[in-house]
Amino acid sequence: MLKKLTILMLVVAMLGTFAGCKKAAPVEEMVLKYNVGAEPQYFDPRKATGIPEFTMLLNLFDGLMRYDNQGQIVPSVAESYTVSTDGLVWTFKLKDTKWSNGEPLTAQDFEYAWKTALSPEIASEYSYQLYYIKNGEKYNSGELTNADEVGVKALDDKTLEVTLEAPTPYFTSLLSFTTYLPINKKLDQSNPDWAKSADNYVSNGPFKLTLWDHNHTIEMVKNTNYWDKDKVKLTKIIFTMVEENTTEMLMFENGEIDWGPNPPPAELDRLKAEGKVTINPYLGTYYYLFNVTKKPFDDVRVRKALLFAIDKESIVKNITKSGELPATAYVPLGVPDATPGSDFRKVGGDLFKVYDPDEAKKLLAEAGYPDGKGFPTFVLLYNTNERHKTIAEAIQRMWKETLGINCTLTNQEWKVYLDNRNKLNYDVARAGWIGDYTDPMTFIDMWVTGGGNNDTGWGNTQYDEYVRIAKSTGDQAARMDAMHKAETILMAEMPIGPIYFYTRPELIKPYIKGYYTSALGYTDFKDAYIEKH
Amino acid sequence: MINEKELFEPVKTEEIEAKEYIRPSIGYWADAWRRLKKNKLALIGLYIIIVLIALAIFGPMVSVYEYDATNLNNVYAPISGSHWFGTDELGRDVFTRVLYGARISLAVGFVASFINLIIGVLYGGISGFMGGKVDNVMMRFVDILYGVPILLIVILLMVVLGPGLTNIFIALGIGYWVGMARIVRGQTLSLKEQEFTLAAKTLGASRTRILVRHIIPNAIGPIIVTATLLIPNAIFFEAFLSFIGLGVSAPVASWGVLASDGVRSFQSHPNLLFFPALFISITMLSFNFLGDGLRDALDPRQRK
Amino acid sequence: MRKFVIQRVIAMLITLFIIATITFFLAKAIPGGPFTKEKAVPDAVLKNLERKYHFDDPLWKQYADYIISLAKGDLGPSFRYDALTVNDIVRKGFPVSALLGFVAILISLGLGLPAGIISAYKQNFWQDNFVMFFSILGISIPNFILATLFMYIFGLKLHIFNIAGWGRWQDVILPAVTLAAYPTAYIARLMRSSMLDVLSQDYIKTARSKGLSEYRVMIIHALKNALIPVVTYLGPLIAAIFTGSFIVERLFFIPGLGRYYVTSIYDRDYTVILGTTVFYAAFLIIANFVVDIIYAFLDPRITYSTEKIK
Repeated sequence: MLKKLTILMLVVAMLGTFAGCKKAAPVEEMVLKYNVGAEPQYFDPRKATGIPEFTMLLNLFDGLMRYDNQGQIVPSVAESYTVSTDGLVWTFKLKDTKWSNGEPLTAQDFEYAWKTALSPEIASEYSYQLYYIKNGEKYNSGELTNADEVGVKALDDKTLEVTLEAPTPYFTSLLSFTTYLPINKKLDQSNPDWAKSADNYVSNGPFKLTLWDHNHTIEMVKNTNYWDKDKVKLTKIIFTMVEENTTEMLMFENGEIDWGPNPPPAELDRLKAEGKVTINPYLGTYYYLFNVTKKPFDDVRVRKALLFAIDKESIVKNITKSGELPATAYVPLGVPDATPGSDFRKVGGDLFKVYDPDEAKKLLAEAGYPDGKGFPTFVLLYNTNERHKTIAEAIQRMWKETLGINCTLTNQEWKVYLDNRNKLNYDVARAGWIGDYTDPMTFIDMWVTGGGNNDTGWGNTQYDEYVRIAKSTGDQAARMDAMHKAETILMAEMPIGPIYFYTRPELIKPYIKGYYTSALGYTDFKDAYIEKH
Repeated sequence: MINEKELFEPVKTEEIEAKEYIRPSIGYWADAWRRLKKNKLALIGLYIIIVLIALAIFGPMVSVYEYDATNLNNVYAPISGSHWFGTDELGRDVFTRVLYGARISLAVGFVASFINLIIGVLYGGISGFMGGKVDNVMMRFVDILYGVPILLIVILLMVVLGPGLTNIFIALGIGYWVGMARIVRGQTLSLKEQEFTLAAKTLGASRTRILVRHIIPNAIGPIIVTATLLIPNAIFFEAFLSFIGLGVSAPVASWGVLASDGVRSFQSHPNLLFFPALFISITMLSFNFLGDGLRDALDPRQRK
Repeated sequence: MRKFVIQRVIAMLITLFIIATITFFLAKAIPGGPFTKEKAVPDAVLKNLERKYHFDDPLWKQYADYIISLAKGDLGPSFRYDALTVNDIVRKGFPVSALLGFVAILISLGLGLPAGIISAYKQNFWQDNFVMFFSILGISIPNFILATLFMYIFGLKLHIFNIAGWGRWQDVILPAVTLAAYPTAYIARLMRSSMLDVLSQDYIKTARSKGLSEYRVMIIHALKNALIPVVTYLGPLIAAIFTGSFIVERLFFIPGLGRYYVTSIYDRDYTVILGTTVFYAAFLIIANFVVDIIYAFLDPRITYSTEKIK
């Protein structure tokens, strides 16, 4: 009897599961299927921190500024803006735009969004993106309790005044990011859980949210209330959450998805040969950290020897194989310099050779370990990942053959690894950094003495001073000069050893066009369309 | 008067050499070994295992290549005369790596079976045999071991102990024997009610003797099946532990790790998956034949 | 019997409590938390988060609060998924996993039992070796390799199934078969071994000499007793289905409960770790309990008292 009941129960449950499926309507649709790869942690723009969330949210929402599909930052919700001479006060005039539910969007929506994002109650992990705003950090830490002292104010329904802590030339690009997006104030005040499901979700961007099947799929359709809706050609985007990259690849090859952002590295050769791979820019550097508080890594000659003995060209050619560039300095290509159109890396040039085994041997000998004699066996730490393992194995071998030193490899589970890195509980560790915005500062300010992301124990007062200068002025020439000097110090002391500059190989069907892939990792489908095929 | 007795002469019959029809009594183990030797498949299994062990120990020494010698200009080379199994993502010879991996996988397999047999069988046997409250408590302890996520325990072990092969054995020792314990307990519960147990008790056998000499051999069937079938589990559990960072570190690799890595590129380079998986299957088949043979040999009911 | 049931229920609650306690402290003991990220969260923000989720309370208080809400049936919020509570996760995920597991168990029993019986009946003939060969494959090829092979062959090359996903009835098949491979092989081997044991018993000879048909001998007399080790395996079988489901659900992109079990540990999502652990543990314990009852049923001589052997 019990058995029969159980079977009946399970049959009912099974029917229930399938009842949730919707049948697609046979309309002239242009549907894109993109594998975003993970269930969003936060779908509230004030809190989101991950690239999958960025991709989805930037298609659902629209900020004061937006990158067009040529990569230029242009006013979006903002009609125009003026900046005070000292670079601190920005005044935005807004266009007449609406929310997806038809309500008009006002400057108060922006003010409310930014202030609540900074509030201790919301406890947003990404609130530090708003620290550029006057008193933003103080309000967030609880030092100030009056939100009115935060430097953003709606002068009227269509005018927003923003006061900054310091002149920030790249502020316009920041305004396109999720933390600076508007929130429907009325909605949030009446229903603080609106961002937890598709039922009450209201946004102002090219698409609006129609389905959120947790840990399975998210669907959005063209938002007919979007101010620029004539540019939007896709009728629907389906985001799947397939985590396993082999499955994603098979689904792509079988036509079940149109876009797979994470192809398995081991299959790249074949996929490239079959013309399935598009290599997109990715603003980031892959490097090794040296624990400068531990012998023998406290000796700069040892650090340099280790880095110069790595054949970086061979690694990008034979292991990663996605068009990455071997690193010759720390800040990657793709970050603008002072003169428009120039690139920070090109201006700064190469700060070391791609591969210099002779110099490496010489330095090691100078440090007291000729041919590696007497060099202690140390541990190279990385987090469990196919690519990091392969690179580490190759480098382990390179160090042995060129320098005669031995290291053992240890892989650790992700959070244990982060924790150990943080606590300086390692010898040499693998790391990587993707930029948060397109300015060299996103890379440079990591290594200030005692910085939260500085996992090396290194510090240099001159370096800190250059960083301070670059943060305090709006004069691009002065800023860039300071940052170049800082980078030079960093590479002269080498607490980190850059290995290559990232790229993003992705599986994209050839009939998808008009999209914008940001070097910061997300993709904008506002202007995307599907060609007849 | 005639003495009637004298009229009868006893028939002279030959003394029957009774001894010839009585089997010489040999011990349990000798009998088992004799039966095992007769089972051809089991012997094949045994020989293959011996060959594998030999390959594991001597193979990498004899091979031209080192298991960790990279050659970045020859990655993913196909099968050829100089690389019988091709090369991997770093240009290392796959054949040598498979042989080297045998050391780890066979060691893990043997240790896992051993732990299973000793801890699992004894625990389950005692639990089922004692019954009542003892059984209750022992089984609840098993439930707890089943319930707490092994991954948490393993991560903690990794943090506390660091990488290394012995730590795999510790991790195996903690959680691996519970399935076997349950099965043996179930068998014991049933067997202890049978007549031979009663008989042994009547004869005055001690409890230990009953358990070890009578009940467990009669449960040998499911024990062997379980023990053999849990070996690949152990091999892949070890691969899983390597993912977490407990156990052997790169570039040392067991078959489990080689196979897991091989899956990721199997469309482009099937040889990387095929060969480790093949060796695992061969090992399994051999253990299985051997196991079947052992079962037939050790089962007291099949004495011929 | 009633006393037995009540004792077991109490024991079960105590066991669950112990499991929850050990898991709680283990999870908090390992390094890293839900907010340990590569891009370091500034201290002010971290403090805000800790205050919001009561991570700054003393550990014993966090534990006590958790146990109390657990007793009330509230499994807490998820730290990794802002939009879901753990109750949501279990409620949505469990029916999916249950369906998948149920189909897998059906396949394992439906294929494994007959395979084992036939194998024993035709010992050492080709049928036996055939079954043996496939069961070896089923055991030695782990489910993630099987899954990829199935996806490749039946999805990409033959276009019979979708590679992955969940929503149509066909989507159950590949994952269920993948999940069922190991248990089917195990059950087949166990059944075979057990049948062979039983078939060599005297009462089988008696039945045959009485002239009963093979069918009656095998099915009515032999099977019932041969099932005991297989029934014992049901407990570990369900456990194996669970563990297998963690990988299969991830690979086949199935929104079940299994996916959360492992990823929650990587995410240090404490409430989800505890929620899934307690849930699965309860399920397993009940399953084992049911198995114990079925035993006593199958073999009337089994009792759970200590009286017989002293």
